[in-house]
Amino acid sequence: MTDFDPGESASIVSVTDRVRPLALGMGVSSVHFLGERACFVGAEENVAVVDADGDISQVAVHGGAILCSVSDGKRIVTGGDDGKVNALSAKGEVTTLATDAKRRWIDSVALHPDGAFAWSAGKTAFVRSGKAEEKSFDAPSTVGGLAFAPKGLRLAVAHYNGVTLWFPNMAAKPEFLEWAGSHLAVTFSPDNKFLVTAMHEPALHGWRLADNRHMRMSGYPGRVRSMSWSAGGKGLATSGADTVIVWPFASKDGPMGKEPAMLAPLQTKVTVVACHPKNDILACGYGDGTVLMVRLEDGAEILVRRNVGTPVAALAWNAKGTLLAFSAEDGDGGLLEL
Amino acid sequence: MSDLQKIPVTVLTGYLGAGKTTLLNRILSENHGKKYAVIVNEFGEIGIDNDLIIGADEEVFEMNNGCVCCTVRGDLVRIMDGLMKRKGKFDAIIVETTGLADPAPVAQTFFVDEDVQKNARLDAVVTVADAKWLSDRLKDAPEAKNQIAFADVIVLNKTDLVSKPELAEVEARIRGINPYAKLHRTERCKVALSDVLERGAFDLDRILEIEPEFLEAGDDHDHHHHDHDHHHHDHGHGHSHSHGGLKHYHDEDMQSLSLRTDKPLDPTKFMPWLQNLVASEGQKILRSKGILAFTDDDDRYVFQGVHMMLEGDHQRKWKDGEPRESRVVFIGRELPEQLIRDGFADCITS
Repeated sequence: MTDFDPGESASIVSVTDRVRPLALGMGVSSVHFLGERACFVGAEENVAVVDADGDISQVAVHGGAILCSVSDGKRIVTGGDDGKVNALSAKGEVTTLATDAKRRWIDSVALHPDGAFAWSAGKTAFVRSGKAEEKSFDAPSTVGGLAFAPKGLRLAVAHYNGVTLWFPNMAAKPEFLEWAGSHLAVTFSPDNKFLVTAMHEPALHGWRLADNRHMRMSGYPGRVRSMSWSAGGKGLATSGADTVIVWPFASKDGPMGKEPAMLAPLQTKVTVVACHPKNDILACGYGDGTVLMVRLEDGAEILVRRNVGTPVAALAWNAKGTLLAFSAEDGDGGLLEL
Repeated sequence: MSDLQKIPVTVLTGYLGAGKTTLLNRILSENHGKKYAVIVNEFGEIGIDNDLIIGADEEVFEMNNGCVCCTVRGDLVRIMDGLMKRKGKFDAIIVETTGLADPAPVAQTFFVDEDVQKNARLDAVVTVADAKWLSDRLKDAPEAKNQIAFADVIVLNKTDLVSKPELAEVEARIRGINPYAKLHRTERCKVALSDVLERGAFDLDRILEIEPEFLEAGDDHDHHHHDHDHHHHDHGHGHSHSHGGLKHYHDEDMQSLSLRTDKPLDPTKFMPWLQNLVASEGQKILRSKGILAFTDDDDRYVFQGVHMMLEGDHQRKWKDGEPRESRVVFIGRELPEQLIRDGFADCITS
């Protein structure tokens, strides 16, 4: 036995030696950038903030499991099983934005570009807009996911058998987009023309919002847990298969009648995807610990992390697209400067 | 992840008022050195403060796979997801269902959801039954009958409120539906917790020992049940007859069927047969379990199923001297007995 492994290094460009390794010392479920600082959200209690020198400081944000998190680059909003919605600012300050009266789990959170935020506990979705007034909407069943539309104060609430589009500041009746099954994560295309949900079954479902036409995106071997819009919203990259599946959204018909691109095939499932904010490349993490950067145009790959350890759980670019942060489930993370 | 590293899940069912909450409170307050995460349907009923008590909504939905009995608990999928972030903080999970719940969607959640399956394994379905009222409920409440049929362990509670003949009567009725469950008689749910928790009922280690126990029931009775295939006949009406003084009921619409052979099974015949059987008759089959000895295979194969869902795997090597015997049990409604018997017989390697 030797350490020499002629396997992939011969055939793929590698930048593994340029990655700054980060021992985060906790289970990690996601990562966001606040400015140039990578903030790894732990499975429980803490966020690990990594500064430019690679120093790690732990910030306590919840009293138990951190169930969800979202960021606009200025703050990270988290929901916990302690019934709290908390925010971590770029200065490292934690504030409690809301507390569930019954101490129910906060299952999902969403952030609006103008500062409004939303959260859900059980069947109820809540919104607080800039003026700090709180409004709530009771979905017909447990809320699976939340997303703000890119324009106007409009919240998509995913639940069983469809999605409700709710305008918290209008008296209008919420619009119901029906499709049988359990809808979890939900996302608007950046141009506001399409709405896509990741379902409990291994499939996505989409609606063209102009006419509510359905788009079924199926064929995944596993549940889709990660979705990311490519620069300009031309494609939606997804996890769930043993390749990155990118659905085309550049035309007015979206992916209707089209085949998705299948990039970066490996012998293991893609667990997380993150598109570069400016260029047509994406980063993807796999169940065997591999992290790759992939060019959308031709599928060219660069190795960022080798196939070691636990599945990759967290992956994010900073807003400028100069830093890539990642971590495996067990907190074995890294930071790559491009 | 190996099965042993997966977190065991106990499903606690029982008709309204049978004593589920009493049992739960005991589990949570007794000093057993274990920490349980408990998923309850009524927050207020548990008198113990514990951040691992989680309220659930019993939201059942149909899987989009065209199979009407493939229902799962969506809320449970979500809660399991969240709980897995706190792995290491608890030893096991208990899921309490409401008194009127069908246990199938809960059990099926642990078969069908890939993420749940990766981290947790169904340990046992424990049904708390009210000795005084169960006989009546079995007549008028289909939910109560389902809960008995599904059980791996039955806690027959409030036995102090009934006479000895009444107790024999209710036990015979339970055995008429489900002769394979382990039965414990209790007052105020006083049962050793090791008898209800982490039983491994679903990993089937003990299935060869699981004999239809109804003939052994009763303190004054040590009649041993012999090794023949046992089946609770049913011809559309309930009736009872007696075995050495013990009443023996046949339930009107719920039966069990046990098949056994000491000849090896042909895996290329058995697996397709089983899959076809549950695909076509799965609505009638509530539970199925088996330990199998295949031709030219030194490993025991075990499977279990709920309705149309099956999971199975090689479990371990047959031990030296251990009889290589295959045994399969089905519990269900209007089971097509002859079809199942003939199909099973065809799978024996000739």
